[in-house]
Amino acid sequence: MTSELIHRLHFAFTITFHYLFPQLTMGLGLLIVALKTVALRTGSEQWDRAARFWGRIFAINFVFGVVTGIPMEFEFGTNWARFARLSGGVIGQPLAMEGVFSFFLESAFLGLFLYGEKRLSRLMHWFSAVMVFVGSWISGFFIIVTDAWMQHPVAYDRLPNGQFQVLSFWQLLLNPWGLLQYAHNMTGAVVTGSFVMSAVGAFYLLERHREEYARIFLKVGVISGVIASVLIIFPTGDLHGKYVARYQPAAIAGMEGLFKTEAGAGVVLMGQPNEETGQIDNPIVVNDLLSFLIYGTTKAEVKGLDQIPRDQWPTALPLLYYAYHIMAGLGTWFVLVMIVAAFLLWRGSLYRSRWILWALLLSFPLPYIANTAGWMTAELGRQPWLIYGLMRTSEGYSNTVSASNGLFTLLGFMGLYLLMGLLFTVLIYREISEGPEPKIPAAKAAHAD
Amino acid sequence: MGFIWFWLVAVMIVGYVVLDGFDLGVGVLHLFLARTEAEKRATLASIGPVWDGNEVWLLAGGGTLYFAFPLLYASAFSGFYLPLMIVLWLLILRGISLELRNHIEVGVWRALLDAIFGLASGLLTIFFGAALANVLRGVPLQADGYFFLPLWTNWQPGVHPGILDWYTVIGGLVALTALTALTLHGALWLTIKTSGQLEQRARKIVTPLWLLVALLTVVSLVATMVVRPASLNNYFNYPFTFIVPVGVIAALAGVWLFNRKAQPVKAFLSSCFYLFFMLAGACWGLYPTLLPATTGADRDITMSNALSGPHTLAVGLVWWSFGMVLAVGYVVFVYGKFKGKVDVGSEAH
Repeated sequence: MTSELIHRLHFAFTITFHYLFPQLTMGLGLLIVALKTVALRTGSEQWDRAARFWGRIFAINFVFGVVTGIPMEFEFGTNWARFARLSGGVIGQPLAMEGVFSFFLESAFLGLFLYGEKRLSRLMHWFSAVMVFVGSWISGFFIIVTDAWMQHPVAYDRLPNGQFQVLSFWQLLLNPWGLLQYAHNMTGAVVTGSFVMSAVGAFYLLERHREEYARIFLKVGVISGVIASVLIIFPTGDLHGKYVARYQPAAIAGMEGLFKTEAGAGVVLMGQPNEETGQIDNPIVVNDLLSFLIYGTTKAEVKGLDQIPRDQWPTALPLLYYAYHIMAGLGTWFVLVMIVAAFLLWRGSLYRSRWILWALLLSFPLPYIANTAGWMTAELGRQPWLIYGLMRTSEGYSNTVSASNGLFTLLGFMGLYLLMGLLFTVLIYREISEGPEPKIPAAKAAHAD
Repeated sequence: MGFIWFWLVAVMIVGYVVLDGFDLGVGVLHLFLARTEAEKRATLASIGPVWDGNEVWLLAGGGTLYFAFPLLYASAFSGFYLPLMIVLWLLILRGISLELRNHIEVGVWRALLDAIFGLASGLLTIFFGAALANVLRGVPLQADGYFFLPLWTNWQPGVHPGILDWYTVIGGLVALTALTALTLHGALWLTIKTSGQLEQRARKIVTPLWLLVALLTVVSLVATMVVRPASLNNYFNYPFTFIVPVGVIAALAGVWLFNRKAQPVKAFLSSCFYLFFMLAGACWGLYPTLLPATTGADRDITMSNALSGPHTLAVGLVWWSFGMVLAVGYVVFVYGKFKGKVDVGSEAH
């Protein structure tokens, strides 16, 4: 295996595992604010307990997110040194800003939120929940700004030594690509949060246990879930897709498996891209739909891979195609299941309809898959570029770190993360089976004193 | 501009060592000092609300380094690849074991997690000490500005050293200085935050730790002068900067004195000053070099050849100052809210 491949896998593996946690904390952060707000307005102890319960789940996810996030910032230097050297003057900025503006805020208020309920007023405790939410969303913003610049570099020039430098601070932060991606991504995080909260509610109801909390979880989860599931397709996904089509035609062609330029291009619902023959095997196509989605008319011409030089094709074409199709397919399922659930909630029969509760329960892993597939679409679509049009991936990895050293640490991370994944599952399982009711003071704690 | 950013990065590193330093030290100590389950919980509760925020200084410092001196970041991080990966794994193990402990009631598991937490904390201080020593000693930079260090070679700090050699660990004891200094730092924190027998024990252990730190400080300073005599140039060129070693001594004296007089907050602050002066002194010894080359001074990574573009840095100064004012505000606020001794049992989690 080549060094380049190892370093790519190293980053891809660690960031994919990492993002399982922040996508929940960012979504849950918003939902906890909703729970705390109701608790504050009504003075309901039940809603407060619900917030505390999700606060504990949040805390576990947060710690896993933090410890798996630290390697990400290091890996720019350890595994992608040549990239870091040239790009520090641009993307070092949002990365440093994430630390300075978000992590301090988030960690400070999370400490207050988790440990300080007895030391703070109710309003102040609500406020710390809001600040935890704000902190996590600011953090997401700076990461998206970083990625957006790699996808769509703006506001830069090059110094004589080859380094990139920011020309406009605001243009970097307000990169239109980044804003669209941010809206799409954060909605994705809310979808994950909503599905997880609904699934726990559904689980309790199906078990006929803690039903009063189950109803709170389902109400909040389904309402936010239906809103987010719609927003993620329209307008955020739609606008983001159009922007990608305009600036990364190779990525769109790869995502859609469009080998030949066509007027009135269709959307392939299913089928396998065949790189050798340059066509989709066994396709099921909706005619003209792709032209319509991108340009608003069924007759428009969409650029296919045939118009793109072979050395600029996305390097993992089939993976890109499948990742995109998995994301889009799951997105459709989310809308479907959440609209039905919301309708039943409105009609007052959601809590009795066991079939939809089962559907909600079993759907909770799917947003994780969809978010991961979405990120794979974005990053594989960018290939073979590291900074789109400016620097190739093959020019960016650390060539002083040999493939075998890279493989060694990659395997190390895999082992460690496997163990952590198991621990995480156990911890969350325990929290869910203990539920939101306050624990009876354990006899064990007493005998230790 | 280079001068400013050099010291801003230095400030963040000092901030990290001073703040995360005590919770690393507490991590080491809770293996020895806390005997009952209640004491263990008190020990860990003293850092529970703040350790994660303290670690943020490392991330923010790393980000600032990446932004202000990309060449240094790229070269050092890829060159120190293996030890950095080990540091990452230790940070992960440490964070997870601390968090897990709050969720698991079984004694055997807790004992295991405590051991992992303590061991990871201790190893981290050693690695950080070794990292500092590696920077002070220099690394075998190639002409293109990169290098790759094995974990050890022949244990000599020559042209082709390893991460570990007699200076960084065995003789120079810089790594061990870090371990003991931060353990002392943690012990002082415990004298502030805990009560009863635990507090007594923490206070008692300060004396032997203090003696060890004082001894190791002298040894490591002498060793540094031997390994890199150029470290002293700045001091002789600007003699008023000898205030730094004076500050080290004064701060050490303060730790001793205030601990004797049972004024734990002042003793802890003295220890903060000790760490500050030690690190500031090390930075000043390097300045304006960022990473010395053992392969010839013309290959040194210096402030001027590693600096980001001028516009980047000018804008950075604005948001950095603004952000750090906020950050310090949060830190003060949180520490204020959790002021006083920990009260085990009443804190919610």
